[in-house]
Amino acid sequence: MAGLLESNFANLRETRVWRSIFRGGWGDTNLHRALVIQQNVFLHLSSVKVRRRALSWRVTWYLGTLSLGTFAILVLTGIPLMLYYHPSVPQAYTDMNDLRFVVSAGVFLRNLHRWSAHAMVLLVFAHMFKVFYRGAYRPPREFNWVIGVFLLLFTLFLSYTGYLLPWDQLAFWAITVGSNLISAVPLVGARIRFLMLGGNSVNANALLRFYVLHCVVLPLAAAVFVAVHFWRIRKDGGLYLGEGQHHG
Amino acid sequence: MNEPDPKETTKPESSRRQFVQIGVGSICVGCAGASVFGYEFLAPNVLYEPSPITNAGKPDRYPGGTVTQDEQSGIYIVHGPEGLYAMSAVCTHLGCLTAWKPELGIVACPCHGSKFRRDGSKIEGPAPRPLVWLKTWLSDEGDLLVDRSSPLEQKQYVRT
Repeated sequence: MAGLLESNFANLRETRVWRSIFRGGWGDTNLHRALVIQQNVFLHLSSVKVRRRALSWRVTWYLGTLSLGTFAILVLTGIPLMLYYHPSVPQAYTDMNDLRFVVSAGVFLRNLHRWSAHAMVLLVFAHMFKVFYRGAYRPPREFNWVIGVFLLLFTLFLSYTGYLLPWDQLAFWAITVGSNLISAVPLVGARIRFLMLGGNSVNANALLRFYVLHCVVLPLAAAVFVAVHFWRIRKDGGLYLGEGQHHG
Repeated sequence: MNEPDPKETTKPESSRRQFVQIGVGSICVGCAGASVFGYEFLAPNVLYEPSPITNAGKPDRYPGGTVTQDEQSGIYIVHGPEGLYAMSAVCTHLGCLTAWKPELGIVACPCHGSKFRRDGSKIEGPAPRPLVWLKTWLSDEGDLLVDRSSPLEQKQYVRT
């Protein structure tokens, strides 16, 4: 049975379609293993080879991977939620309640989105602390630390903009308070608040702006920075393993 | 023969430099234009927000010694010994809507616990300033009008 499966798979790998998709060919050599990574647009951001120690739980606690995982969950649950949610003042709150009580699996998707968002903020902070206390931000990885700071900010902005969307009392007053904090910026604070809210108070324009930021602008920006972040891990010599551990 | 002719090399060099200068220059101009364009686009020219001027009705709706809160417009109408005045119910700390507590005779903010007296002066923080007094006047029809966008520097009373 297993032999039959194996020979069928071997035949499949010889087909023209398979070879047009996976051009690296097939084999147990180091070259073929490297080509699997190098010739895939997603995998090629990562190193062709990693040290065994870099895969151990103790080095990273997998916090970066877990952050990416929550981000993936948030994208996958966020898109279906968009299908029932209208970012308008009369509908936003009732749509949110429909998702909770009327839409099949709506409450599951919404709660998964909400809890993953909380988890992502926690994991990104934990990831930053882990990197900081291990000293993994030091040269040659200082640029990737800066990228990471931007990713932390994107995470917080995503969390903040998503907070308004249920359009309940908690959301409204939290964004009122948050936008008034921004107007404390010297000289341009009131201007930034006006542009952010699209008006003088938290209203229809603010809801629509936060929705666009939350669903389009910030996720795209985060995805681009995540790609650079991963690529830089490879370019900076892989994950940081500690002083003098890289050549041992 | 291997020595390059200076005339021949200068000409392409200078045109390349010119090309970069013009290119970088036009990119800078383009970015500046895009910034102005973007700023102008993001700042709305017309706002569909409620009018800042609120009609609070006839002054005799507010008997002496009372504080009346209008939750829709976020203002207090107070009838003190000196006359009527209007205050914004928006907390001077971070913009939450405060509430009049008749049993305590104070104004309190639910968000961070600021407390004010009925003349708007601060009892305790974190609010940095007293509540804002608003421009108040009587219309020709005898209605009390309050402009929420016009804070008063000095206390003014409407006497009827």
